[in-house]
Amino acid sequence: MSESKLELDKVSIALNGKQLLTVDSSVGPGEVLTIMGPSGSGKSSLLAYIAGFLAPVFEASGGVFVNGDDITTLPAERRRVGLLFQDPLLFPHLSIAGNLRFAIDDRSADKASLIRQGLDEVGLGGFEERDPGTLSGGQESRIALLRLLLSSPNAVLLDEPFSKLDSQLRAEMRTLVFSKLRASGLPSILVTHDQADADSAGGEIITLEQ
Amino acid sequence: MEAPETHSFSIRFILLGILLQLTSPATAQSIDLSDWQSLERQARGETVYFNAWGGEPRTNNYLAWVSELMLERYDITLQHVKISDTAEAVSKVVAQRQAGNDDNGSIDLLWINGENFAALKENDLLYGPWAESLPNFKLVNADRFPEMLEDFTVPTQGFESPWTRAQLVFYYDSQWLAEPPQDIRQILEWSISNPGEFTYPRPPAFLGSTFLKQALIELSDRDPALYAPVSSAEFERLAQVLWEYLDALHPSLLRSGRYFPASAIDLRRLMGDGEISLAFAFNPNEALLSVRSGELPPSVRSYVLRNGTISNVSFLAIPYNASQKAGAMVTANFLLSIEAQARASDPDHMGSTPAISISDLDSNARRSFETITRDLAAPSAEDLDRKLQEPHPSWTPALERAWIQRYSAR
Amino acid sequence: MLRWASHSLLILLAVPILLGTLIAILPAFGYFPTLGGTEFSLDAWRELVQVPGIKRSIQISLLSGVLTPLIALALVFLYLASASGSKLDNWMRRLVSPLLSFPHAAAAFGLAFLIAPSGLLSRLISPGLSGWERPPDLLIINDTWGLTLLFGLIVKEVPFLLLMSLAALPQLQPSKHVELARSLGYRPTIGWLKVIAPNLYPLIRLPVAAVIVFASATVDVALILGPTLPPTLSVRVLAWFNDADLNFRFLAAAGAILQLGTSLLAITIWLCLEKLCAVLWRFWVATGDRGTGERLVFFSGRGAMPIVLLVITGSLVALLVNAFAGPWRYPSVLPSSWTFLHWTNNFQNLLTPLLNTLLISVGSTLSALVLVLATLESERQSGKLRATAMWLLYLPLLVPQIVFLFGFIVLTESMRWQGTMSLVIFGHFLFVLPYVFLSLSEAYRQLDPRWSQVASTLGASPFKSFWRIRIPLLLAPCLTAIAIGMAISISLFLPTQLLGAGRITTITSEAVALSSGASRNLIAVWAVVQLSLPMLGFLAALTVPRLLWRNRTGMREIR
Repeated sequence: MSESKLELDKVSIALNGKQLLTVDSSVGPGEVLTIMGPSGSGKSSLLAYIAGFLAPVFEASGGVFVNGDDITTLPAERRRVGLLFQDPLLFPHLSIAGNLRFAIDDRSADKASLIRQGLDEVGLGGFEERDPGTLSGGQESRIALLRLLLSSPNAVLLDEPFSKLDSQLRAEMRTLVFSKLRASGLPSILVTHDQADADSAGGEIITLEQ
Repeated sequence: MEAPETHSFSIRFILLGILLQLTSPATAQSIDLSDWQSLERQARGETVYFNAWGGEPRTNNYLAWVSELMLERYDITLQHVKISDTAEAVSKVVAQRQAGNDDNGSIDLLWINGENFAALKENDLLYGPWAESLPNFKLVNADRFPEMLEDFTVPTQGFESPWTRAQLVFYYDSQWLAEPPQDIRQILEWSISNPGEFTYPRPPAFLGSTFLKQALIELSDRDPALYAPVSSAEFERLAQVLWEYLDALHPSLLRSGRYFPASAIDLRRLMGDGEISLAFAFNPNEALLSVRSGELPPSVRSYVLRNGTISNVSFLAIPYNASQKAGAMVTANFLLSIEAQARASDPDHMGSTPAISISDLDSNARRSFETITRDLAAPSAEDLDRKLQEPHPSWTPALERAWIQRYSAR
Repeated sequence: MLRWASHSLLILLAVPILLGTLIAILPAFGYFPTLGGTEFSLDAWRELVQVPGIKRSIQISLLSGVLTPLIALALVFLYLASASGSKLDNWMRRLVSPLLSFPHAAAAFGLAFLIAPSGLLSRLISPGLSGWERPPDLLIINDTWGLTLLFGLIVKEVPFLLLMSLAALPQLQPSKHVELARSLGYRPTIGWLKVIAPNLYPLIRLPVAAVIVFASATVDVALILGPTLPPTLSVRVLAWFNDADLNFRFLAAAGAILQLGTSLLAITIWLCLEKLCAVLWRFWVATGDRGTGERLVFFSGRGAMPIVLLVITGSLVALLVNAFAGPWRYPSVLPSSWTFLHWTNNFQNLLTPLLNTLLISVGSTLSALVLVLATLESERQSGKLRATAMWLLYLPLLVPQIVFLFGFIVLTESMRWQGTMSLVIFGHFLFVLPYVFLSLSEAYRQLDPRWSQVASTLGASPFKSFWRIRIPLLLAPCLTAIAIGMAISISLFLPTQLLGAGRITTITSEAVALSSGASRNLIAVWAVVQLSLPMLGFLAALTVPRLLWRNRTGMREIR
């Protein structure tokens, strides 16, 4: 259970001289900042900037702070910012346990029980040796979430993670994700074009124009 | 059986040995030619690099057998280094002399004759003399067969030991050719009226050069200039006859003379496929061996041209800087032994002509040589008696170069 | 550290080749200290000009250099125009890589055994159709103008150009454009030729240049199929280089420079042809004609590839038959009996070259792979694509081997570094590198970048992400690149021959040396061994991933 805060200090992203967005905001522990806007408005590039892999073709400036630490210049793997993509992106060559183990810090002691516990908590107990390719869409999303949480991030980014799920699964996943994030006290930024997602997140909403 | 002979030579060779030690630079090995026993002992454990032409699989298999025996009996590891042209080995020795490598040469024993031998001997690149101190040398009966002491008119002087004999023998397929041409001029006449039935390997392939020499000897009626070192005047004069002949011959050859086979094996294959009906080889038993292996049809017959064909002896020599001279000599001696010569002449193995004198052997030993039954595919003994001597070695490279100059580009 | 990798890639490629080419120039003008040549002199050139038949040698090299790419490219374009998207196309796509791995020496031997007067084709039609009881006296193999050489080269280069075209096509979106053309009334093949071809050609200019150089300067294929009186220029240079008399080195150097000039001339002629073609094409497109010649294009395109395939298959069959043939009289189509004798008799002789071949191909390919992976990874991490390096990558293919290897050897001999395995491996590495890069780069760059992104958000360092995520995901392309690299190394002749100073024997160097003066059966045995090795590599590339990922359905289609 962390108590972190995520601050965006005048983050501005431009492409070919044209400014795409400016964000100046902060997200408290367990809170969700929702960014909405049509495609091409640069929402995903904001997340890429925060996570640390914005393509050099963009011009970006502004500070990103997690718990007061400036992570703007850190390499992506040291930022401890989790990212949930549209696709679950489970590594197809590893088993479920392999995927989860990948996320856990190498220095952790009992990875096996962490994995077992986590799987039970998302209702997928006993799935350790399963092949990710055999899972249903909903199961994959749950594993993706679990994997992200097991990496002990200090902040979480969500890039339209529910858009590829059907409406029933969507509602389930929304509940699961936001409750887990709240319970872990992680600040999150959600990018979406679906109003229902924003409502479910229940936090501040920033709308970008084209 | 060996003791009396060696004793009679021994004094001579002890003196020679002392002389050698005094005059030649200190070498890694000190060879005492008079004490064969100790030489064999000295050779134990040595690895001898035997550079020999590797183009004939039968020879290669035979040498593999020799290697096995050398290891078993003399504890010598014989490595057959397959080379495609003896001239390569010559240049290797030359290069090693240039680099100052005088006692650790990479070649210990060399299968050699002709211009290659002459080149090495003239430039003091051979170790010797040693050949006549081999216990088996007497089997050669050099008194009766003086050609054993001469290499293309150049005296060997003990710098090389005989290994096999060879003679140019023609063979033809009797299903396509009833009466083969009997001399070089008849070959021309016959080829012109039967185009595409004959060809010869492209010089400087060994067999091709031999064909040129054979033609030149016959066309010039054994001109004595051929047996002396070549001079440009003599060459101009004699080559003229050869060029006239070849200019007339080429258009009637296989592929109209626009393509020549690369080797004896290629020539053999052409006959096997039925592309030509007349060919030749340097091993009198070539046709016989090929008929037995199925490469040539059973209708093939061998013969020797009526004016005789070139015959020679090929030898084994030791470069001056060989690091394993003792081992090389023991190997050369073994190759000259009755056992090795018998197996070499066996058509199931190499099918070559032995260098030792069979008629001087006792009846037991002689039996191991009579494995070649009278066979239509082999030339008769009378045929083989018609021998011509090889010209002076300097003629070979001269002819090769001139042929290439003249015929390389139609 | 990774940045070192991409720089060293360029240095390792450019330096030996440029240096080798420059150094080859020196002996041509008389400077060769170890042989006593210390003064500038034109003797070697005077001698070169007087070599009998030198003009013909140059002409033949030029002819192959220009006609091979011309005809091969024409066949490839005709095929692409008429067969894209068809069932034939699906087959060809799968066959192209394995076809490419058929080493050229083996292919040349097979072709010789197929079309020679006593070859398989001749036997098939005799005596029935042809009435021949004995082989006809026709100069087919080693013909004086190198037509058989040309034929062999074309058959070998068509798969290469096809592969390069297929790799470049997707970015042109050919199906969309052809649809557009059809909606305007153009027949599909004509549409393809008018719309796609002019845009495809600039993308494959470098491979075409490689073909020009290869065709004009090849040694092994020329030794087997090319004319002998006189031989091609490259064959003569090799003979002078190998001559026992070391003084021939001067002549060889001059010959190598002449070869370089000849290849450059071939490229120049090609460039003129390019301009001419561009003008003609523009006229043709401007006529607005929608369909003339469509039938011709369609049938020749659809027919060309199967014919090429047939020739290659026929060559393979000819090799196999000869490798196991007992006595075989003309005109029987098949031998009277079959035997393993040629194999058992030569087993011992095969061992050392086989081991050497494996050692050299594995060594050179793995080194190349390491360097390529490092370069691609550093490129990915820095976010910049190196487009300029392309021509540099092709450098080993754009300079005739005999030219820069010559200079390279002069350099290494002066450093007393000769005939060692490491030198041969390095030489092979230079040639394997471009192919490994070309075959791996697409897959590497196309791999969904999000995989690495996910990994880094999960806290994985670039190192961990590379080894635990990228490499496993790219296993199949890596194995294919290794198979291709090994196939290239196995088929190399000249680098082994020259850099190994004749001491290091590989299957290919032995096989080509046998081409003059060994029985057909023996040659066939060597050729069969030579071509099975790459096939084993491809088999491994296909089956290993399948085995490894048999429980991973997601690995069947990696984006």
